[in-house]
Amino acid sequence: MIKYIIRRILESIPTVIGVTIISFVLIHIVPGNPVRIMLGNHYTPLRAAELTKTLGLNKPVWEQYFIWLGNLLQGNFGFSYTYEKPVASLMLQALPHTIIIVVVAVLLAHVFAVFLGSVQAYFENSKFDQIATVINYFFYSMPSFWLAVLLVIFFSIDLPWLPSGGIVNTQLSNPGFGDWAKHLILPIATLFLVSVAGWARYMRSSMREALLQDYVRTARMKGSREFRVIFIHALRNSILPLITLFGLSLPALLSGALFVEEVFNYPGMGLLYWDAVNARDYPIIMGVTVFVGLVTVIGNLIADILYGLVDPRIQY
Amino acid sequence: MIQESLPLEASLVETIKDERPKFIHRFWKSGMTKLGVFLLLFLVLFSYVGPLIYRHSAINSHLLATDASPSAQFPLGTDSVGHNVLAQLMVGGQSSLEVGFAAAIVAMIFGTLYGMISGMAGGWVDTVMMRFVDILLSIPSIFILLFLNAVFQPNIFLMIFVLASTAWLGVSRLVRAEALTIKNQLYVEAAHAIGTRTLRIMVRYLFPNIIGTVLVASTFQVADAILYMAGLSFLGLGLPPPTPNWGGMLSDGMNYMFQNSWWLIYPPGLCILIAQVSINLIGDGLRNAIETRER
Repeated sequence: MIKYIIRRILESIPTVIGVTIISFVLIHIVPGNPVRIMLGNHYTPLRAAELTKTLGLNKPVWEQYFIWLGNLLQGNFGFSYTYEKPVASLMLQALPHTIIIVVVAVLLAHVFAVFLGSVQAYFENSKFDQIATVINYFFYSMPSFWLAVLLVIFFSIDLPWLPSGGIVNTQLSNPGFGDWAKHLILPIATLFLVSVAGWARYMRSSMREALLQDYVRTARMKGSREFRVIFIHALRNSILPLITLFGLSLPALLSGALFVEEVFNYPGMGLLYWDAVNARDYPIIMGVTVFVGLVTVIGNLIADILYGLVDPRIQY
Repeated sequence: MIQESLPLEASLVETIKDERPKFIHRFWKSGMTKLGVFLLLFLVLFSYVGPLIYRHSAINSHLLATDASPSAQFPLGTDSVGHNVLAQLMVGGQSSLEVGFAAAIVAMIFGTLYGMISGMAGGWVDTVMMRFVDILLSIPSIFILLFLNAVFQPNIFLMIFVLASTAWLGVSRLVRAEALTIKNQLYVEAAHAIGTRTLRIMVRYLFPNIIGTVLVASTFQVADAILYMAGLSFLGLGLPPPTPNWGGMLSDGMNYMFQNSWWLIYPPGLCILIAQVSINLIGDGLRNAIETRER
């Protein structure tokens, strides 16, 4: 097992290096002088000379890459001239905001999808199953940004219950935890609704297959109660593919978060990236690209290892 | 040698041909698939025949009737600069469908070639080629697409290639996986044994067997491309004006949502949704029809 984990970690190192190369290359396909581009409106000859030296731009390209990589490894993601701040500190500021909405939405979506998919599979082709399938299809095909806008219209404008964006009500003198939580509801709800549909569809077919297996029949024959048969015997096995699915859906989740953050003006990584793209703030663009790539690789790694841990049938 | 192999090859091709009518029948018998086809047909008619019947410019501004609610003159109202929303939806549909299908076709061709070569080559060539796909797949497409659009400010042709630049990845992975299994089938080994060249094996044996997978994957890519294009426009980095796009219309409408301008928000979103639902339904129908064949 340990051997397998180490092998998987070693295998993902080339991918991580590849991600850094892609991010590096992306910036270098931009036409024009990189120093002028990075400095943008903050261009002064002095700053240009300084930046040329830090980035080693007078050196060959491959050496520039290693200088940049060396800086990354030390946690130095470069300096943003639009914010006049190091990129790393900007990312650290934005990261917790994104983590909270993504993690809460994913957890809720998983629990709900497992439940809904199981019930649908158990009552296959019933009225409930059919209606749920149609609703799933609807949300599965729904663009996250339109759903976000609709939720704002329904719950912030028509029914003025929830704030339409941001993370804090600036009109309150002492905004507390409750105010903050209120600002999280709609972003989380959007991510939840767009993720749950796909996972429930998957869970339904996985559970349907599990219910046809011999061990389910055996469990019934030995007199286990139906609840136990479904939620202990069948569920434990049908839930496994969802672990892999989670790893695979990470890029989609991060994309979804970008749209959601833009609509709700929510200061996470997605909004940081979108603002950076609009301002052509290349150090942030590079930093966030490397970061999301890293998250995806690590997410898949964890999903793979987890799958091996929970499924004793996997041999190494 | 090759001459002798022809009867055997011919019989294999016959079997594949025989499947076709049954395949279409299976595809068409599902009610959901029919719904998908009708919805897509509706979108095509709406976007291409619509402007022939409803002859109003999508680009002209009616400066005396800005932000007008739906009326006899403007069935879906006008936006903040007086564009006719209905006319814009129709023209926006044209670019969405064209870019969506074109990007999926480009991705399909490139992804299939890439996957076939990788799978057939095997060994370290395969490892390197697939590792490259893994790396590109690790960065969520929207991050790459946003960046490319910001840097290159694409026209419609560049947009097709930008969208295809990430869409081919999934296709190539699926094709490669299929190529790996088919490569070890007896009939491919037999073909090798009688001296058939690799290129011929790829065209005559591999391709007919993966065409189903490719078709299903590419169908979903059409939906993805339309969604990404709308998403990019929504984020303000789509096709440059005056070309209207559903995503861009929606983001304009968002600025006026506090004024209850529902006609700026529901119609474009609904169009994107119909495009997604119809193509996903067709993709599911194709997949079911193909999976039954394999059973």
